[in-house]
Amino acid sequence: MIQGHAADVIIIGGGIIGAACANELTSHGLDVLVLDCQRPAATAAGMGHLVVLDHSPAELALGEYSVRLWRELAPQMPDNCAMRNNGTLWLACNEEEMAEAERKHSALSAFGLGCELMTGEALAHGEPSLRPGLFGALKVSGDGILYAPNAARWLLQRQPERVHQQQAQVVEVQGNRVLLASGQWLKATAVVLASGIYAGELCADLPLQAKKGHLLITDRYPAQISHTLVELGYVTSAHKGNGPSVAFNVQQRPTGQLFVGSSRQFDNHDPAVDAAMLGRMLRRAMEFLPGLGGLNGIRSWTGFRSASPDGQPLIGEHPTQPGLWLAVGHEGLGVTTATGTAKLLAAQLLRNPPPTALQAHLNAYLPQRFIGACAHA
Amino acid sequence: MTQHVDLLIIGAGPAGMAAALAAAPSAISIAIIDDNPLPGGQIWRDGPQARLSASARQMRARLQRHGNIQLHSASKVVAFAGTKRLLLENAEEGWVLAYDKLIVCTGARELLLPFPGWSLPGVTGAGALQALIKGGLPVAGERIVIAGSGPLLLAAAATAKKNGAEVVRIAEQASLGDVARFGAGLWRWPNKMIQALDLASGVYRTSAHVLAASGVDRLEAVRVQLGDRVHEIACDRLACGFGLVPNVEIATALGCRIEHRAIFVDQWQASSVADHYAAGECSGFGGSELALVEGRIAGLAALGQRAQARKLWPERKHWQNFADRLNRAFALNPALKKLAKPDTLVCRCEDVPYAELANHSSWTAAKLNTRCGMGACQGRICATAGQTLLGWEPPQLRPPFSPARIATLACLDEDVA
Repeated sequence: MIQGHAADVIIIGGGIIGAACANELTSHGLDVLVLDCQRPAATAAGMGHLVVLDHSPAELALGEYSVRLWRELAPQMPDNCAMRNNGTLWLACNEEEMAEAERKHSALSAFGLGCELMTGEALAHGEPSLRPGLFGALKVSGDGILYAPNAARWLLQRQPERVHQQQAQVVEVQGNRVLLASGQWLKATAVVLASGIYAGELCADLPLQAKKGHLLITDRYPAQISHTLVELGYVTSAHKGNGPSVAFNVQQRPTGQLFVGSSRQFDNHDPAVDAAMLGRMLRRAMEFLPGLGGLNGIRSWTGFRSASPDGQPLIGEHPTQPGLWLAVGHEGLGVTTATGTAKLLAAQLLRNPPPTALQAHLNAYLPQRFIGACAHA
Repeated sequence: MTQHVDLLIIGAGPAGMAAALAAAPSAISIAIIDDNPLPGGQIWRDGPQARLSASARQMRARLQRHGNIQLHSASKVVAFAGTKRLLLENAEEGWVLAYDKLIVCTGARELLLPFPGWSLPGVTGAGALQALIKGGLPVAGERIVIAGSGPLLLAAAATAKKNGAEVVRIAEQASLGDVARFGAGLWRWPNKMIQALDLASGVYRTSAHVLAASGVDRLEAVRVQLGDRVHEIACDRLACGFGLVPNVEIATALGCRIEHRAIFVDQWQASSVADHYAAGECSGFGGSELALVEGRIAGLAALGQRAQARKLWPERKHWQNFADRLNRAFALNPALKKLAKPDTLVCRCEDVPYAELANHSSWTAAKLNTRCGMGACQGRICATAGQTLLGWEPPQLRPPFSPARIATLACLDEDVA
């Protein structure tokens, strides 16, 4: 059975990326149908850390632009989104990591981001729960945290007359048409694929790899830390290479709960908590926050980051399937870059000029990097 | 710091103690891990206002006499740490214990059903009130209403009265006919009949159930359905015993099959996982006598002493018959599943009302959308209520099984263990 025009745009996936795209497209007057089948996915599993990374100029540009957009949205967001502009402290344990902090400082400053280098002393004063003797840190003031499942729900509910949501599983996509598990075909002017780790099921040529991560949350406690704390080893050593790795990454939620990460495994597709990996991650966290050992953890879980080969998302029209638009491959930065992704995708889809902040890097986000004739040129 | 024992028993209630004592003469190394400060489980709970039965005291003494039994009281199982390895925690430390055979004797907890006012201070489970009183809670002069179903109501009333409380009403939801038939059959279990006679009193009402609790900062009154009429009863405490829920979470995490909400066991008390046994309330309700004989069978079967274990089957059958009668007589009235109003909290940790949950189709969807079950109790209360009220499959337990120190969880790191 083929139904006519289901909406201007069908979005597959009601996670943070799909929700941000729905919000953006409706602000341009389009009607949107969001299809989601409520499978466990990254929006519910992740930390909700809004963090600007700079592995490449394109990543820095998209991150900075997106976090700026989140901060602009913040005053309108309901309390249950738990949005806080708490800033990130990148911790340096030694001289080598401090050199990385300095490099990062110049890269971010050159981009106009508010950031400052801290001595070991200033760090100990600012975050007294950290173990003594750390070398220093880089503070990035604009970063934040939020509770992504509620942020996604809020984005989907902002224009209820334009956004229709349906709980349905899509089993096939052909350009601007989608087949539901019920056997029904739906058609729209455009289809946006924003289903994170599940996108590969509908589009076999996506070069996406699932990277498993573990997280743990504690009971509620009085303030232990005031920023999101991340070790610089996160970039310099811990998460480099292809083996399983852990890195210190802790934030305190507005509830008082400490949210502890992170781990990374490449060839593990089992959603069960891996006891040894959880133990290793927590031991690393205790090396930075010795007091953490005495606090009670109440829950641990896993999630999968959907990563492209170069670590950057794929945003744009599918090169060989006109009418199918991709917003996938955000790895650990889906929540951070959802807002910027949505602006860029909407501009492409509506043939509008792209956001100024991203203009210098447009090719770096295009699916043509990996798919279609250009990818092989 | 991984230690090893031949036989690990989780839970030192009647079943766990009996299992250890049955296995001890073989001289194998045995460890019992129990979350209470002293062995005895919920039924033989010790405390400033408790008086243990002679048989309970005797079993405790016998446990101490066996050099090959290590008892880890005030300790809990925190996580699965690999094949036949569990992560444990007590007040001082966390450690991994490896075992060859395991007997799960994790008992049961009270079924708490949400009704308007159930989360007010002063409202507890019936077993919980007993435990609180034995632990030293002063109740002298307090007016107490006890509601729910089964003999536990009478036991809770007896404990309260003995400690000076005025039990103003016992509301049994089962009908007079069911209770009378159950009572009439008790001649086959003489000691149970004496208990029942002891406990019956003038405030006992059948076909009676709680409707709502009210009060400003704490409980002040209870509304009770008595047949066709509704009574408002002023009181200081309400203790509700709607029945028990087997504690199957750890067994489930170990891969054991669950049937009818209890751990499935065969005639040797063996679970569906090799070398893993279960005994007592966690494998189906039946009271302490059944738990004791099941524990002995499990202890002997774990040693491979099947001939001796088989000799205990008739005794198990005797107590199983009693349990079957009990469970039939006090089956829960479906009206009790409809007490919650739209604004009644179901998840107390995250403040999620019934109306928000009932919108969803499964536990997972409800959890993702409302945060129910994400607090410190990890859904033990609200997921069980969801299962009873809405028919939802409860979630699989992930580590930590209950809140545990990060330093303990870090012991899961194999490089160090």
